[in-house]
Amino acid sequence: MKVSLFVTCLTDLFAPDVGMAVVKTLEYFGCSVDFPTGQTCCGQPAFNNGYPADARALAVKMIDVFHDADYVVTPSGSCCAMIRDHYIELFHDDPDQRKLAEDFVARCYEYVEFLTKILKVDLSTLSLPENETFTYHFTCHLRGLGATGEPAIRLLKQLGGAQFTALEKAEQCCGFGGTFAIKYSDISGAMVRDKVACGDKTGAQTMIVNDGGCAMNIGGACHRMGASFRVQHIAQIIAAAIEHTAGAKAS
Amino acid sequence: MNSVKESTSPKRGLSLPVFHPDFMAEAHVASADAALHAALDNSVTKKDYGRRSSLAELPDADGLRQLAGDIKRHTLDHLDYYLELLERNVIKHGGAVYFAATHEEANGLIVDIARRTGSKLVVKSKSMVSEETELNDALIAAGIEPLETDLGEFILQVDNDHPTHIVMPVIHKNAAEIGKIFARYFKTPFTDNPQELAEMARVYLRNRFNQADMGISGVNFAVAETGSIVLCTNEGNGRMCTSRPRVHVALMGMEKVIPALDDLPVFLKLLARSASGQALTQYTNIITGCRRPGEHDGPEELHLVIMDNGRSRILAGEYRDTLRCIRCGACLNACPIYRKVGGRTYGSVYPGPIGALLTPLFNGLENHKHLPHASSLCGACFEACPVKINIPEFLIKLKRDEVRQGITTRPERTVFKLWAWGLRHAWSYRLGQVFQRVVLRSIGSKDGWIKKLPGPAAGWTAQRDFPMPAKHDFRYLYKQYRADAKRGK
Repeated sequence: MKVSLFVTCLTDLFAPDVGMAVVKTLEYFGCSVDFPTGQTCCGQPAFNNGYPADARALAVKMIDVFHDADYVVTPSGSCCAMIRDHYIELFHDDPDQRKLAEDFVARCYEYVEFLTKILKVDLSTLSLPENETFTYHFTCHLRGLGATGEPAIRLLKQLGGAQFTALEKAEQCCGFGGTFAIKYSDISGAMVRDKVACGDKTGAQTMIVNDGGCAMNIGGACHRMGASFRVQHIAQIIAAAIEHTAGAKAS
Repeated sequence: MNSVKESTSPKRGLSLPVFHPDFMAEAHVASADAALHAALDNSVTKKDYGRRSSLAELPDADGLRQLAGDIKRHTLDHLDYYLELLERNVIKHGGAVYFAATHEEANGLIVDIARRTGSKLVVKSKSMVSEETELNDALIAAGIEPLETDLGEFILQVDNDHPTHIVMPVIHKNAAEIGKIFARYFKTPFTDNPQELAEMARVYLRNRFNQADMGISGVNFAVAETGSIVLCTNEGNGRMCTSRPRVHVALMGMEKVIPALDDLPVFLKLLARSASGQALTQYTNIITGCRRPGEHDGPEELHLVIMDNGRSRILAGEYRDTLRCIRCGACLNACPIYRKVGGRTYGSVYPGPIGALLTPLFNGLENHKHLPHASSLCGACFEACPVKINIPEFLIKLKRDEVRQGITTRPERTVFKLWAWGLRHAWSYRLGQVFQRVVLRSIGSKDGWIKKLPGPAAGWTAQRDFPMPAKHDFRYLYKQYRADAKRGK
C-alpha cells in the first residue's frame, strides 16, 4: 500500500520524531511511504482566523502536491479535519477545483484512523520495552473527523506492557486553539493547567496526545508546572514497541 | 406584520444590553479564579455529563437532533407563514397578539397592557427574552412592580444582579453569598442551608402570587397550528404566574414558533436532556387561550408579544441557522472557555458559545470584537447543540466578516498575508522554518524549552513554556533515513 505522509508544519519543526515514528510504523505495517517535499501547510490558521482566500491558495497547493498519492496520512487530527471539513466548501464556486478537492479529501486520513480503518492493525504481538501506564487526551478536532478516542485507546491496550487509566474531562479542550493560546493566554492558561492537573491525577507516566498543537501546549504546561507525566504521540509508543519486539526477536 | 424594522434603541443604541463591555479585563480576573472554576465544574461540567448520559438513553439521539434542526430550519424558512398562523390561532382561542419591532416596543406594549388592566404587581416566570429587553426596568419606570419568581432570578433581582447562565441564572453565587443576600433582604438571621433559603423564598413568593394582577412568562415553544404557548419549568412558578393572576402576558422572540403539536415532542425530548440531563422538566405547560366561559380558573386575558429586535436582520443573512437556538444552555455547559470565565465575561444577556455568536450578530461586530476570537474552536458546542447549530463554523464566518469590514488591525492582516504567502512555496516555507529554528534555538534554555517569547507571542510563555525546535527538522531526518536505507544500514 502506497502512503504519502503529510507531516504538518508544527511536526516538521517541533516534533520531527513523531514524523519519523509515523514513517517507521507505517513501513512496519507493510506500507511504502513517501514524503512529497513540496508540502507546506494545510491553511488552517488562515481559515480559522477569517482569511478563506489565503486558505484556498494553500489548499490548491496541498491538492497539487498530493495529486498522485493513494493515501495521504497525517499525525495531526486538526490538520486532517481542516482538509476534510473545509476543503470542499472552499471551492464552492469552482467546480473543477472542487472535484479535485473531493478526490483529495477522500484519500486523507488521520494516523490512528488509517491504522484502524484501512490497515486494521492488531498490535497484540508487540510489547513495550518496559511496563508503562498511559492516559489519553481527546484532541478536539477528531470531532470534525467524526472520530472518538476509542480506537486510539483500543490500540494502546493491545500493546504488551501497557496499562491504561482514563483521564478526567478527557474531551475538554486543552486550550491550544492556534492564535487563541497567544491572544487569550489567560483563558488558555487556565484551560491547560486544568488538563495537566487531570493528567497528574491519573498517575499515568504518559499522556497520549495525537496532535502537534495540543502536544506543544500540554507539553509546555507540563514543563512549566513540573507535571508527573510526559506527552507522546501514539506513533512514538508504537514505534518503541516495534523496535523492542524486533530487537527481542533478533536476540 | 411590522417586524422587519431594524432595532434602533435611543436608550442603549443596541439590540442587547451590555453589562460588562471589557471582555479582556473580565476574562483576566475570571480565568485566575480557582473557586469559580471549581463551582462551574461542579455545576456546568456535571450538567454536560448529565446531558450525554440522558441523550444516550434515546434510541437515536443524533437523528432526533437532526430532525429538531430540520424542523427549525423549515420554520425559519417560512417564518412569516408560521407567525401569521400562530397569530390567527392565538386570537381564535381568545388571546391577543402583538408584534414588536424593537425591545422598546415590546416593553412599551407590556407596560400599556399593565396600565390598561390596572396591574400594580407583576409576577414573572424566568424569561431570557425579558432580560434582553430589560423589561423589569421599563415596568419600574412606569410605576409597576415586577417580581421574579424563579428562585435564581429572584435572588438576582434582590441583589440587583444579572444572570450568567441561560438556564441556571445564579450559577455564579454560592449558598453563603445567597444566605447573606437573603439575610439582608428578609432581615432574618443568616443561613446558608439551601433548603431553608428556598423555603424563605417560597413562603414569601406564595403570598405575593395571590396579590399579583398580572403574570409575565417567556415562551419555550409557540405552536402555530394550535396557538399554544409551551412553558417548560422546574419550580412550578411558571404555572403560578400563568394561572393565578387575572392577566397573562407571554413575551417571545419571533424564532420560538414551531409548526405543529406533533413537532413538540421532538423538542421536549431534547430540551430538558440538553439543559440539565432530565428526561423532562418538572412542569410542561401547554397553554391554549385564556379562561373560557364556564371555566373556573385561569387568567381572564392572554396577551402574546412577539418580538423581532434584530432577528429579521439575522434571518435575512447567512447566519439564519443561529435562530434555531432553543436556549437550552447545553453549549455553555460543554464549553471549556465558559468553564474558565463564567457567564459575566461575555458581557451581555446570552453568554457562552451561542452568546459569542448572537451578541455580535445583534449588536454589531465592532462592539464585541473579542467574542468571535475568544474560542479555541474545539467544537464541543456544536456536538452538544440539540438543533445542530454549527457554532464554530459561524464564529469563523464572523472573523471573516471582521477582516472584510476592516475591524481587525492592519499589522494582524499583514502578518497573515505574509505568512500565507510564505507557505505558498516550498522554498519560502523552508526559509521560514530555518529562520524560526535559528531564532527560537538562540533564545531557548539548555533544557530545550523557551521561558519567554518576544513581542505578541509573549502571551504563550506567560502561561507555559514553549518548545525549542529540534536540532534537525523532519525533512532532514527523513532524508538521512532514506540515505541510510540505501546504504543498507
